[in-house]
Amino acid sequence: MIQRISTDVTIIGGGLVGSSAALAMRQAGLDVVLLDKGFCGAQASGVNYGGVRRQGRPAEQLPLSQRAHGIWPRLKALVGIDGEYVPSGHLKLARTERDFAKLEAYAEMARPYGLDLELVGAEALKTRFPWLSAAGAGASLCPGDGHANPRLVSPAFARAAERAGVKVFEQMPVRDVRATGNGFAVLAGENLEIRSRQLVNSAGAWSDTFAAQFGETVPLKRIYPSMVVTEPLPLRLPVSMGEQGGSFYGRQVARGNYVMGGGRGAALADPDFSRPSVTAASSVMQRAIALFPHLANAQVIRFWSGTEADMPDGNPVIGPSRTTPGLFHAFGFCGAGFQIAPAVGEVLSELVTSGRSTTPIDAFSIGRFAHAAAQTADSL
Amino acid sequence: MTEALPIVIVGAAPAGIRAAERLVEAGVRPIVLDEGLRAGGQIYRRPLVDDGRSYRNRYGSEAKKAERLHAVFERLRPSIDYRPETLVWNVSGLERSGHLDVLREGVHRQIAFSKLLLCTGATDRVLPFPDWTKPGVYTLGAAQTALKAQGCTVGDRLVFMGSGPLLYLVAWQYMKAGARVEAVLDTAPFRSKFHLVSLFVRAPRIVALGLFYGAQLQLSGVKVRYGVRPQTVLGEERVEGIRFRAGGRTEALACDAIGYGFALRPETQLADLAGCRFRFEDRDRAWLPERDAQGRTSRKDIYVSGDGSGIAGADAAEIDGELAALAILQDIGNTVAGDRPRQLTAARARILRQREILESAFPFPRDWFETVPPETTLCRCEEIRIGEIHCAVGAGSIGEINRMKALSRVGMGRCQGRMCSAAAVEVLSSIRKVEPKETGRLRAQAPVKPIPLGFGGPLDTEESR
Ligand SMILES: Cc1cc2nc3c(=O)[nH]c(=O)nc-3n(C[C@H](O)[C@H](O)[C@H](O)COP(=O)(O)OP(=O)(O)OC[C@H]3O[C@@H](n4cnc5c(N)ncnc54)[C@H](O)[C@@H]3O)c2cc1C
Ligand SMILES: Cc1cc2nc3c(=O)[nH]c(=O)nc-3n(C[C@H](O)[C@H](O)[C@H](O)COP(=O)(O)OP(=O)(O)OC[C@H]3O[C@@H](n4cnc5c(N)ncnc54)[C@H](O)[C@@H]3O)c2cc1C
Repeated sequence: MIQRISTDVTIIGGGLVGSSAALAMRQAGLDVVLLDKGFCGAQASGVNYGGVRRQGRPAEQLPLSQRAHGIWPRLKALVGIDGEYVPSGHLKLARTERDFAKLEAYAEMARPYGLDLELVGAEALKTRFPWLSAAGAGASLCPGDGHANPRLVSPAFARAAERAGVKVFEQMPVRDVRATGNGFAVLAGENLEIRSRQLVNSAGAWSDTFAAQFGETVPLKRIYPSMVVTEPLPLRLPVSMGEQGGSFYGRQVARGNYVMGGGRGAALADPDFSRPSVTAASSVMQRAIALFPHLANAQVIRFWSGTEADMPDGNPVIGPSRTTPGLFHAFGFCGAGFQIAPAVGEVLSELVTSGRSTTPIDAFSIGRFAHAAAQTADSL
Repeated sequence: MTEALPIVIVGAAPAGIRAAERLVEAGVRPIVLDEGLRAGGQIYRRPLVDDGRSYRNRYGSEAKKAERLHAVFERLRPSIDYRPETLVWNVSGLERSGHLDVLREGVHRQIAFSKLLLCTGATDRVLPFPDWTKPGVYTLGAAQTALKAQGCTVGDRLVFMGSGPLLYLVAWQYMKAGARVEAVLDTAPFRSKFHLVSLFVRAPRIVALGLFYGAQLQLSGVKVRYGVRPQTVLGEERVEGIRFRAGGRTEALACDAIGYGFALRPETQLADLAGCRFRFEDRDRAWLPERDAQGRTSRKDIYVSGDGSGIAGADAAEIDGELAALAILQDIGNTVAGDRPRQLTAARARILRQREILESAFPFPRDWFETVPPETTLCRCEEIRIGEIHCAVGAGSIGEINRMKALSRVGMGRCQGRMCSAAAVEVLSSIRKVEPKETGRLRAQAPVKPIPLGFGGPLDTEESR
């Protein structure tokens, strides 16, 4: 028995992007179906590092990131939980003088976007963050940035969307999508067929296959950031940390565990699942010991990784399809989609209701790859 | 060159030792890794330092077997590369040649292998009950380990509770060691013991031993109760007694330590990390790596044997270890003469059939979580109570165990679910009113046990060249 549903918008992928879009669209009065092949918020959106960070993003992303920055403090009202969101500040260390110069240049660039970064010299760093050793040449502090718990935040958006009236189907993989002339037909699971006027492709690291079905080839690559977590320890690390000139990042969660990352893992035989690499994990651990001598006797209890979509220019694809009216893409967040996803959800809602985003997204057009795709086709 | 890589066995216990013996006979020199200080494994665990006690005194009815296995191991030592106190915490690199990540004396090494045999055994299965986290409550296995390895008891006045053959055995061993055993609280109903009658025909020694332990305990004035459900542990700071229900009555007993457990749970994370396919085994209420009769898994070059591939006991583990070694020898091109594999397979099958009967005599308490109150701790590491699972399941429409972990933190702590996940699965399936297998399998991640953050140092990679 085929179950047939018709709706205004079908969303493929219940990560934080798809779920927050579903919620925003519902609040705008639309009828929405949200589909996930597994559980909503169980992929990248549920297993990421949890950095809610604007600092370090390319200029093009800052307006969207600032918009998201306004959403995070309102989580409780929006989805019912605060998701352990703490605007703790984000401290980005410079390993060398040259790295510090880069941080200075970045602060200069980011100021017009309303991002006020505080540059901290090597000496000041020692007195303000005495638990930090081997600190290097200085740091840049972004006071309003912070961190949150992705395991809780991302599923909460899907649940809130469901409570608001979105039809959420989990363990319902989309098997086929088709443009019907006046909309879309989507086949999912064994026997679900959905007709809708509009379609959103927010299938994370799986989005490229859907884009390709509408003639839009994108150079999406899957990456698997490597994570390490310690046992719970006394609270000591007040900020979320990153590095210029290194790939280490780390934070301490409310429960006391240090969650740290850096480097890349690898896909398993089933590429939907991944394992952190031991090499990446051990360099994270060595860097952690170097930075935080107080962790010398701490124990690591788990490594993990997740599947993320990477794009060659470090920016996502957000916006209307160039081939198919009514189709919108939002994917390829290059390891940094958690913080901006709630704003992307709002933008998608604006796009389906009015066709326009109030936040600039031109830099994220899928059209920017059309040329590259044609070139690769030529060279084959 | 792959041919030059060693064959590696994890676990120097009944299965691993017999496997090593067989390989050595065929001229192979395996690496044998075990995190313990001395070989022997769970049942034939040896004292940390020799304390002069006799085999008879330490192992009771199993003394002969223990002595034999230890002797085999001592004889093997020059012919194997044995590395005690070596924790194997990860299997990786399977896309190319597989290797193990090990930790020994704080140093990280990688050991490449051509064939890997996992004989990782089992540990106690625990189910929470009110106040089970109070000081003075031990697992049956821990209580027994204290006797065997440390030569001490966990208390002076003891109550043993739970299900499984180990229950009566450990109580008896404590009595023999001079401790005062107040009671054996069997969670299975008395009528389940009639299943032992049919076992008697197949395995008279097991039943006779069981009856012997039971009778000696009762003759010495130890109370035995059936169909027990604990209500609370008495005592403020530590165990001073236990109150329970049995046969429609409530009873309280004074004691200063409680040993409890519900049979065993297989240790399977390394097989999971090695990418082996799993299936649900009803008898063990657990997911096990798929294996053939000789221990070949779904992954080429990875073998499993002993309790870690399904609970069957120490005798079966010895047989199984040899079987796996024969499989490895066959797979590297040696001819295995005679019908030894067939004989061993038949012997193991016989033991597994006996296990079915033992399971009926010591059935799993399926209604456990209907009697345990919501404020009871489920996950010790993360301090999660059963009631919180009810809330999480209700709020998030959770049907699956990995999802439950993500939303509730159960199994996210130091033990990574090794202690609590068997119970967590039972809680979830009791809430959902489905069989445990319907709730999915908790995925393993490295490290299988905590490792020091500072273990790093330069990677010391070891390959035979
Ligand atoms: C380990 C790790 C650490 C990270 N750290 C950070 C960080 O600190 N800060 C930050 O901002 N970002 C971080 N990121 C990036 C961030 O997690 C992602 O950019 C973001 O979650 C992407 O959201 P998404 O909704 O696009 O993707 P996902 O969360 O992957 O969601 C896509 C969904 O689509 C579903 N799907 C796929 N195919 C189908 C199909 N055929 N049918 C139905 N559904 C389908 C999937 O099941 C999945 O749930 C990290 C990522 C990882 C992996
Ligand atoms: C606590 C306890 C007490 C028991 N007491 C009895 C008893 O009295 N009588 C009885 O008949 N049966 C008893 N059993 C059951 C019996 O021990 C088993 O059936 C038998 O020992 C199984 O042998 P095995 O070789 O499969 O593994 P085990 O004996 O369980 O040994 C597994 C070995 O693998 C090693 N190992 C596991 N993981 C790793 C790793 N990651 N890295 C390095 N080494 C690792 C362990 O250190 C251990 O030495 C007991 C079981 C337990 C758990």
